[in-house]
Amino acid sequence: MTEPLKRPARKNPLVRTQVPMLPPSFQSRTAQILTAAAAEGRFALQECTECGTIAYPPRDACSECLSDDLPLTDLPAGGKVLSHTLISVPGELYFRERAPWLIGLVKLDCGPILVAHLHADCATGDRVRMSLQMDKAGNAAAFGRPEQDVPNMTDDTQWREMTAAPKFRRVLVTAGRTRVGQTIAGALADAGGTVFVGISEPWIPFEGEEKLKTDDRLQLMDLSVDDERSVRELAALIGGKVDILVNTNDYVRPGNLLDQKNASSVRDQLNQHFIGFVHLAQAFGGAMRARGADGSNSATAWVNVFSAYALANANPFGAFSAVQAGCLSLSHSLRGELRPAGVRVINLFTGPIDDEWYQTLPAPKVAPHTIASALVKALQNGQEDVFVDDIARDIRERIRQNQKGTERALNKDQSA
Amino acid sequence: MGMSLRWIDTIPLGGASGIAAVRRAARAVQAGDARVVACIGADTNHVDTFRQTTANFARFAQDAVLSYGSGGANASFALIARNYMNQFGVTREDLGRIAVAQRDNALRNPNALMKKPLILEQYMKAHPISDPIHLFDCVMPCAGAEGLLVMREETAKMLGLPFARLLSSIERHNAVSDDVQLRGGWVADIDELYAIAGIRPSDLDVVQTYDDYPVICMMQFEDLGFCKKGEGAEFVRAHDLRIDGDFPHNTSGGQLSCGQAGGGGGYLGLNEALRQVTDTAGPTQVPGARLALASGFGMMNYDRGLSSGALILAGD
Repeated sequence: MTEPLKRPARKNPLVRTQVPMLPPSFQSRTAQILTAAAAEGRFALQECTECGTIAYPPRDACSECLSDDLPLTDLPAGGKVLSHTLISVPGELYFRERAPWLIGLVKLDCGPILVAHLHADCATGDRVRMSLQMDKAGNAAAFGRPEQDVPNMTDDTQWREMTAAPKFRRVLVTAGRTRVGQTIAGALADAGGTVFVGISEPWIPFEGEEKLKTDDRLQLMDLSVDDERSVRELAALIGGKVDILVNTNDYVRPGNLLDQKNASSVRDQLNQHFIGFVHLAQAFGGAMRARGADGSNSATAWVNVFSAYALANANPFGAFSAVQAGCLSLSHSLRGELRPAGVRVINLFTGPIDDEWYQTLPAPKVAPHTIASALVKALQNGQEDVFVDDIARDIRERIRQNQKGTERALNKDQSA
Repeated sequence: MGMSLRWIDTIPLGGASGIAAVRRAARAVQAGDARVVACIGADTNHVDTFRQTTANFARFAQDAVLSYGSGGANASFALIARNYMNQFGVTREDLGRIAVAQRDNALRNPNALMKKPLILEQYMKAHPISDPIHLFDCVMPCAGAEGLLVMREETAKMLGLPFARLLSSIERHNAVSDDVQLRGGWVADIDELYAIAGIRPSDLDVVQTYDDYPVICMMQFEDLGFCKKGEGAEFVRAHDLRIDGDFPHNTSGGQLSCGQAGGGGGYLGLNEALRQVTDTAGPTQVPGARLALASGFGMMNYDRGLSSGALILAGD
C-alpha cells in the first residue's frame, strides 16, 4: 500500500540541494510519435491501417504486412501485469538516485506486450490501467496503475516523477485580478498547494478582492509582470520556493492592425504578455531549473494559460492573437531550457473566456472554473498540451485537417 | 598483425556469436573459401563502458527498455526469471545450486575472476539487484578474449594441433512466441542436433550452457533435452553439476564465475567444451570426456532473447 506523502519539512540550508538528472533519452525519431499522445494524456500506439496490427515498440513498417502507414491510434488502456521486478541497482544515475524502481511486463488487452513503469501497488497478475506519461526527459513512458483506485494512489513516488502534482507544492499564480486567476488560485489550494497570488497595482480595488484576502491558503503578492523591477523584487522574496509557476496573464484588447491609428494597444499587450513572460522566465526560471530534484516539493512545472488564438490568428483579436503566438513560441524555448531540470512546461489553450473583453463573441465561451479544473488535472496527470474547451479543441482539430482553411475561416472579415 | 585475409565475417549476435561463428567458419572451410578460420570473441572493459554498452545496445532497447529503470539485462532477465519461477515452482535455492556448483568449478580454473568459495547460504543472502535476480545471479563484466580455430581434420593433423570434430550444430532466431519467454529457440531444432550427431543427451560427458543467469541454464536443461519443460528445478536437485559430479556443467566456472568479456562470453563454454574433449582442460578436466555440448544465447530484444544456438563436439 502506498504511504501518504508527508508534508515536506522546511528546507535545511546546510543540506546540499540534489542536482537534477534525467532518465536516459535516446528514443528514436519514430518513437517520438508516442510523445504526441503522452503530451495530451492520450493512450495511443501505432496501428496499421492495412492489417490492424498494433506496433510496439514503435516501428517504421508493420511487422505483419510491411505497410508503412502506422498512424497513432487511441486504444483501450486495460492490461495485465505478466511479470514485475523491483530494480535495486539500476545502471543510469537518474534511476540510481531513485532506486528501487518498479517495472513490469504488461500485456495490453489490445495485444502488445510492453515494459512499463508500475505504480507501487501493482504486481504480477494484477489488472492495470495504462497511460502514456511524459518522463522527466520529456519522452513518452508507459505507466501502469491499479485498475481500481487505492488509498493515496497519487502519492506514489514514481507517479509523482511522471506528474507535477500541486500537493504540498508552492505555486505562484501571476495575475490575481481576474476571475480566471482567482479561480485557478483557489483550485490549486484545493489540490493541496500553497498559493502565492500576484496582484498588480494592489491599491486599485478589484472584483473578488475580499474573497482572495480572506482565504488563508492564499498569499497576495505585489506583482506587475510588465515591470521588470516588480518581477525581480518578487523573485527575490519567493523565487527559491516557487515549485509551480502559473502564468495567467490576461490582458485582452480587441483590435486588428487597421482598427487603430497607433500601436499603443498592441504595445500594451506585448508588454503584458510577451515581455511579461520574458520577465517572469528570467526572474524565476533559473531558480526553478536549479530545483528540479529538490525533494518531494521540487520545482516541477511552469504553466501557461494561452488563448487558442495563439494557434491561429482570429478576427477581431488580430493583435492579441499575434502576441499569444509569440508567447507560445517563447514557451517552446522555455520548455527546452527547463528540460535539463525535468521541469515541465504545460500549455493550456482556451477558447474565448466568459468575461467582458470577449463581450462581442457568441457562446460557447469557457468558464474560469473549467480552465482551473483542466489546469489542476494537467498537473496531476502530467500532461503537456491541454485544449481546454470545445473551441480550443475545434481549432486544434481544424488546423490538423486544413491549416489554410482554418486561417481563412478564423480571419474572415466579419463585415463581408 | 598485418594479416591479409581472403574471408572475413562479423557476427553481432551477442551470446550466440560463438556458436554462430563456428557454423559460419565450418561452412567456409567446407566450401573451400578458407583453409583455417580463427573465431574470436573479445571485449575491453574500461570505466563506464558497460553502462555505455547497455545504453547503446539496440533501437528497441533504447525506445522501449532503457528509460524504464535502466536495469539493463538484469531487469529484463528478472522479468523472465520471475515468470519462469512462478510457472514451474522454481525457488531461488534451485537456481542457487547452479551458481554454487559453477563457483566450485571456477576455483579450479586459474583464469576465473572469482576466487572465493560460494555456498548456498551466501547466494541466498546476497543483495537484490533486480528481484528475483540477486548479486550471484549476475555475471561480472570484464575484459578478455576467447578464440578457436576451425579447419579440416587433415589440416589439424598436418599442423600437429589437438582437435575435436564438430558433430552437429543448430542456430535459431526469433523462434519463441511465449508472452514471457519460457523457452529458448533450441526447442525448434533440438531433435535435429542430436539426430545429426547420432547421439542422445545422456551420451554427453560435459555440458556447457550459456550462463548469463542461472535461470537461463535451467531453461536450457529443459530445452536441450536433459529433462522435460518444467522439470529443470527437479533436474538440478537430482544432479551434481560439479566437475566431479554426475552432470559436469560449465566446468570452467562459466561466465558467472569467470566473468563476461562482452561477446567473448559466448565463446567461453565453447572453448571449455573444446578443451574438455581434447583433454587439454587441465585442472577442470573431466576424466575421459569425449562428447561435449556447448550453447549460446543472445540478442536481448526489448522483452526476450532472440538468438540461440548449440553444437556438439567429439574428441578422439
